[in-house]
Formats: sequence, structure tokens, C-alpha cells
Amino acid sequence: MKWYLKSLGPKKIIEFVALIIFVIFFMGPLLNLAILAFTGNWNYPDMLPREWSLKWWKFVFQQEGVSQSIALSFLIATIVTAVSIVLCVPAAYAFARIRFPLSKFFLFSFLLTHAFPKMGLYVSIAVLFYKLGLMNTLLGVILIHIINVLMYMTWIPTSAFRNVHTAQEESARDVGASPFRVFRSITLPMAMPGIIVASIFTFLNSLDEAQGTFLVGVPNFRTMPVVMYGIISDYPAYAGAVFSIILTAPTIILLLAAQRFVSADVLSSGFQIK
Amino acid sequence: MGIQLSIQKLTKRYKTGDGVSDISLDVGKGEMVTLLGPSGCGKTTLLRSIGGFLDPDAGDILIEGKSVLKAPPEKRPTSMVFQGYNLWPHMTVYDNLAFGLKIRKVKKAERDQAIEQVLELVRLPGAGKKYPGQLSGGQQQRIAVARSLLLKPAVLLLDEPFSALDAKLRHEMREELREIQADLGLTMVFVTHDQEEALSISDRIVVMNHGHIEQIATPQEIYDEPKSLYVAQFIGKMNFLKGVVAEGGIKVGELSFPNPNKLSGKVTVAVRPEDIQFGGGAESRLQGTIKQIMVLGHYAEVSVDVQDHGTVRAFLARDEVRSLHHGQQVSVGFAKILAYPEQ
Repeated sequence: MKWYLKSLGPKKIIEFVALIIFVIFFMGPLLNLAILAFTGNWNYPDMLPREWSLKWWKFVFQQEGVSQSIALSFLIATIVTAVSIVLCVPAAYAFARIRFPLSKFFLFSFLLTHAFPKMGLYVSIAVLFYKLGLMNTLLGVILIHIINVLMYMTWIPTSAFRNVHTAQEESARDVGASPFRVFRSITLPMAMPGIIVASIFTFLNSLDEAQGTFLVGVPNFRTMPVVMYGIISDYPAYAGAVFSIILTAPTIILLLAAQRFVSADVLSSGFQIK
Repeated sequence: MGIQLSIQKLTKRYKTGDGVSDISLDVGKGEMVTLLGPSGCGKTTLLRSIGGFLDPDAGDILIEGKSVLKAPPEKRPTSMVFQGYNLWPHMTVYDNLAFGLKIRKVKKAERDQAIEQVLELVRLPGAGKKYPGQLSGGQQQRIAVARSLLLKPAVLLLDEPFSALDAKLRHEMREELREIQADLGLTMVFVTHDQEEALSISDRIVVMNHGHIEQIATPQEIYDEPKSLYVAQFIGKMNFLKGVVAEGGIKVGELSFPNPNKLSGKVTVAVRPEDIQFGGGAESRLQGTIKQIMVLGHYAEVSVDVQDHGTVRAFLARDEVRSLHHGQQVSVGFAKILAYPEQ
């Protein structure tokens, strides 16, 4: 054993220890969460629960409004993603291809919603929504969610479109494709990885949005994260653990499904101001 | 030989002042014409106007006798090969090639056969299943040329297609392209800033400068009789000396040459390095000192410091250089000169 450690050298050993600490730090809470969620009976000195059960899952799903809130969350996230694709992808194409005055300023302005404390922003939006009769409506909730994702949905596809060279579009025109066909067959497919990454972020962000929904949507539109606030404060930690897993699962599944597209390159190039 | 492409008084000016003015040019069927000039001379502007990617301010472009000015690029009987980024990375080579044919509704069997043939023509048989990213730069440009050939364009336009490739590959590619062009009888307009490339592959060269044409002629003519000082400076190697017109001839120091163009006053005399002769009597020669001798393969370049005229470079056969050495006093004469009004 000693010879092995010696052959590795101190650098490797330190790296290994750092990795272990890192894993514990990140995976520990998740593991604890998973154990809590499936606990039947667990007394203090035991390392693991004495009994495993699904009783907290049953409990959570029996709570009034929980199933609906999950369905509502996915519904809203889907609508928000669809609407923001329709709104932002053409805008991103314009930012990437058309030179218009102040385009950099407009692109930069999407950062503003992320630059101020969210609650302050939401309160001022709520004042506006009251006047417009958007409080406690689906439209109001969707608008609040879209405000949050505008930046991802515009910046990342913009850089994706910019990475499609003009010569690539022009050579498609040259062989006989109409401008629309060029966009459909060349530009859009080439920018697709960036658009997919942005859409996934949008979907997850909407699924996770609580503050704005809480302010604008309650009482009629109680999404998963809003309901979770209530459950965490009113019920034992076990129920909260179950709920966290329900919230985390879509993120993990979507990121795994899209890992081919999600790369540091796509992300970092999206956040360069050019 | 009919006229395939006719450009008439074409003008396109950008806000920056770049562009082309009043360009007229006829390209015959099966002819290979090169637009040659430094960057910013307007050669690419001209090519893109023919391809339909730029709207000219004035003038007309006729292909096979019909004006194409109103047609967008996809409706023009032209095809263009760009400097780079020709191919679509999300499609296989086969799909890249088939894209234009599919738009033209060519049947699959016919399409497959045509693609197979053209891949053989560009010496990449069996590359159909690969993605562009798996090919080298040279191979990608071959596929781009193949895609253009497939569409049987009335005029093939090439915008410095080989400039991103290394010298050896560039050489090979231009030879291949010339062969294909001659075999298929293609009409081609080729843009380059490389005068050697232009001289080696063109039927005719159009030398451009600041948006206008300096000279249109065969490579031979351009090399032997550059019409302006600009062309003389741009094409091949050239020595420039100060001369003056006196007594009905052009004088360079003690030397006198005929003055066919009836120039007057001070002139710039241009001499090709291969037209410089060494040795002989001191009469009708200029005196100089050898500064440097460089053997460059089958010939040698000798630099001579000539009194009052600066350095003159001469190309000599390698055998002739053997008797010369650094610092030697020599007399040099010119077999042939060109003269231009001094600028």
C-alpha cells in the first residue's frame, strides 16, 4: 500500500483527496435527500433508516393540489418554452444577421432583468399587472417566466446563428435554394444545438421559478416550487425530500438527454458580447 | 466562340469608396478568365455581382445573351465556389452534393449516378458517406467544386478557392481545375490575388486596380507587354530604373533604346530580370558591382549595385553564374525594356 502511494506522488494524492471532498460536498446532500425520501422509520443514532417505505411519496401525492401543481408546472414550462422559442429565435437571427442601430444595446438589455434584485423587479411588474388585469392569470405567470429566460433564449441562439458562416448560406442560395429554404435546411439545423440548449434552460428555469409565480399567480396558479414552500414549512423533512426529488428529476433527465448539445463552448460563446 | 458572359459598364460603389466603376468585360464560351488584383481592387465585388450576391448600382450583366440582373442568386445559371465554408457540416458529402439536385427535382437514380461521377472527377470516389469535418481543407474545396460542377452552370465563379491551402496543394488543385475546365469546356471566372496562379491557369487575365480594369490580355501578353506601370509592378518580377527621353530615344544612363510609344520627359524604365545581360564591352553598358548571388534551383538571381540606378536583379542560368563572385565589377545591358511615363 505504502509503495503505491509513494509511486503516485503527493500531487496525485492531494488531487484524489480534493476529489473526494468535492464528491461528498456535492453528492452528499443529494444522497441524504434520496434516503430521506424513502424512509419508513429512522431513529437518531442509526446510520441508515430501519425501515424503507414509500409512505412519504403517498403522503405528498395525497396532499391536495400537489398532483395538479406538478401538471401545472409542466404545462406552464412547455408553454413558456414554446412561446419563447417563437419570440426569441427570430430575434436571435436578427441580432446575428441584420445590422441595425443599437443592436448591441438591445442585446445587452436582456441582461437587465438579471441585474436587479428579482423581488424588486417583480413587485414593480405586479403593480403594472394589476392595472392591466394580469394578476392571477395564466398569461401573467407565463409573462413573468418569459422575462426570466429572455437572456438565455436570445443570447445563446444569437451566437449559434453567428457561427453559421455567410458563405454557407450563400452557397445554398447559389445551388438554388430560396431564402426560406436556406433558413430551414441550412441555418436552422446548424444553429439547432444552441437553440436546444437554450430551450432546455428555459424549460428548467420555468419549472423552477417560484418568486414571480408566487407574487403574480397565487392563489389560482400554484406551481410545484410554490407548493413546495408550503410543504417544507408545514410538514416533516421527509415530505420536502420527496418533493425535491420530483423537482430535480426533470433537470437531470433533460440534461442527460441533451448532454450531446450542452457543452461549455455553446454556453460560453453565448455569453460573449460581440 | 460565342460570348457566354458579358458585363457591361458595371458600377458598384460602397459607402467606404471601395467597389468597381464602369467595368466592361466579355467572356467567351469555354474560356477561363482570371480577375487579378490586390485586396480591395474590386475583383470580389465584380464576381459577387455576377453571382447575384450584390446589386450593382449601374450597368448590366448578360449570360448567354440574357440579362440576369433581376434574378436572385438561386435563379442565376451561375455557380460559385467560395474561399471557405462552402460545405454544410450537418450534412454528409453526399447530401451536400445532392442538395441542389433535389431542389431541381432530379430523380434519385440519376442523382446517385451524377454524384458518383463527379466524385470520381474530383478524385474523391467513395467520400459520399463522410461528413465535411472528416475531410481535409483541400478535399473540402474539391467537394465544393464538385457541387458546382454537378449543376452544370453556364458560368462557374471561383472566389480565391485555394487561398487557404498550402502552396503544394494549391499547385495541384489549380492544375486539376484547369484540366477539368478544359475537359468539360466550362466557362470560368476565377478571382485571385496571386499573380503566379493567374499566369498559370488563365486564358485571359483581367488586372484590376482601385475598381477599374488596368489591362485585359493573355498571360503571355500581360507578362511581355504590361500596358501600365501598375501592371508591370504587379505581374512577375521587374526592375525599375529612371530614364529620360532625349534625341528620339529613351536614355538610361549611357544606354539608348527606341521610344515606340512616343513618350516625353522623364520616364520609368522597366526591365525583366531575365532580360538583363552580363559582360561584354564597356560601351552601351552600365557599370555595377555584384552584391549577392542566390542559386534558386535551375536558375540564379544576381543582385547588382548599378551606379546612379540602385540595385538591379537579374536571372541567369546556373552555368553563367559560376564565373561570377561577390564584389565583382560587371557591366550590364538590357535585351529589352518597357517604358512608362514617370509617376
